[in-house]
Amino acid sequence: MLFLAGGATLPAHAQQMRGTGDLGVVIERAAGRVQVIDTTARSSLATIDGFGDLSHASVVFSRDGRYAYVFGRDGALSKVDMLAQRIERRIPQASNSIGGAISQDGRVVAAQNYTPGGVKLFDAATLELLADVRATPGPDGVPSKVVGLADAPGGKFVASLFDTGEIWVIDAANPRAPKVEKFTGVGKQPYDGLVTPDGRWYIAGLFGEDGLALLDLWHPERGVKRILDKYGRGEEKLPVYKMPHLRGWAVAAGYAFLPAIGRNEVLVVDTRDWKEVARVPVAGQPVFAIARPDARQVWVNFAFPDNGKVQVIDTETRAVVKTLEPGKAVLHLEFTPRGEAVWISARDDNKVVVYDTATLAPVATLAADAPSGIFFTARAARMGF
Amino acid sequence: MLRRTRTVVAAVLVASSAAVAAGGAEAEGPVAVAVAAALAPDAARQRELLRLLKQDCGSCHGMRLTGGLGPPLTPEALRTKPAASLVATIVSGRPGTAMPPWRRFVSEAEAEWLVARLLTGATDGSP
Repeated sequence: MLFLAGGATLPAHAQQMRGTGDLGVVIERAAGRVQVIDTTARSSLATIDGFGDLSHASVVFSRDGRYAYVFGRDGALSKVDMLAQRIERRIPQASNSIGGAISQDGRVVAAQNYTPGGVKLFDAATLELLADVRATPGPDGVPSKVVGLADAPGGKFVASLFDTGEIWVIDAANPRAPKVEKFTGVGKQPYDGLVTPDGRWYIAGLFGEDGLALLDLWHPERGVKRILDKYGRGEEKLPVYKMPHLRGWAVAAGYAFLPAIGRNEVLVVDTRDWKEVARVPVAGQPVFAIARPDARQVWVNFAFPDNGKVQVIDTETRAVVKTLEPGKAVLHLEFTPRGEAVWISARDDNKVVVYDTATLAPVATLAADAPSGIFFTARAARMGF
Repeated sequence: MLRRTRTVVAAVLVASSAAVAAGGAEAEGPVAVAVAAALAPDAARQRELLRLLKQDCGSCHGMRLTGGLGPPLTPEALRTKPAASLVATIVSGRPGTAMPPWRRFVSEAEAEWLVARLLTGATDGSP
């Protein structure tokens, strides 16, 4: 029993040796619990309690795929041992947090916080605080909320500042003394960001204007440029009842599929020149647009009040090929590592539904208490996750 | 019992500031209570509104209303805000911010009821 080295007592069912490549977690947002699930057996292995406020939660994984780092709304950071099925460590690190990232080498976990606005770096093994990088104060003197934190090659993290319109590249090669390169005036109210699968590009979505901000991490000296400028063409946008999420975004066959803000559209952009090539009309305002790992399909869920639907876009024809109704209040979807199945959370039906992505038919349902985020360990090996 | 009393007091404040905002004569206390009672949503709708508050307002303000991309909506955080402006913010949104207008889903009377709940912190339980 190799993993008994620490002298810990494991539950009987955890004492069988197993890998973690087909494990994941499902957040139960209202109860503040986390389920550990198995995507091969399509079953729940354990429910772990004691996470506090998970009404918004995000997860990254250790590079060995054993530990899940859970960032809760109340600012707590928890390190979960998925094999022992327990919280190994838990620290309060802010009073309001939105998520986090893990460094390229897996040694540093970064939290992005709304209150106090900034980024904190932690030792991934011990959760010891290594650095506290406070955000630029906004017009009200309060440090800006930080959004869109992602890891990048070279031991870096990239994040956006919602209130001050900045993109920061944080060099955490020495995590006790990080160096910050600041790009100001990138656009109004960046609400989220992402790093492309190859780690080269950082894109921040803008809430306050039509367009996105793009930074070439190979050439930061070229600065941030605007893409999809004025994609709303000056038309009044629809009221936005939920901000889109960009992490887990879709790059498929050289094209990026991005949620439009305040429009019932997915924007299709050529990643060679970052020009818009198409728009796909969809059933509501997209929240997540995520590519199946083979990039043939993009699955989209929607903001209130259209959050009972999920649509499947064929990336070749750029048309919706199927509209699904998995349940009430679909909050998230996650593909298995090679994409034969997708797990979808339906908060108000207290269930997670698993779909076969070839037949587009449901193949399993798991009970979960107001489920929100679903995170599989394959993220451990992906940049920007 | 205490909670019920506080709710009525808040309803008076809401109704009278709404009357002032509308340019009408300031209502007397008992009349305002009657107005608020007449406008109060029924029990089923109250449950829907509290659910909407928690889940959908909660997308930005936090399910526990402690804040997120949007500011906290706890009684302490709202203490200095006039009820009428809170009602207007819900119904019409705040241009230049991420707060959308909710009038498609929430009437002005329902927004007044929600504001009264927010100001007293009585947003978790049954009606």
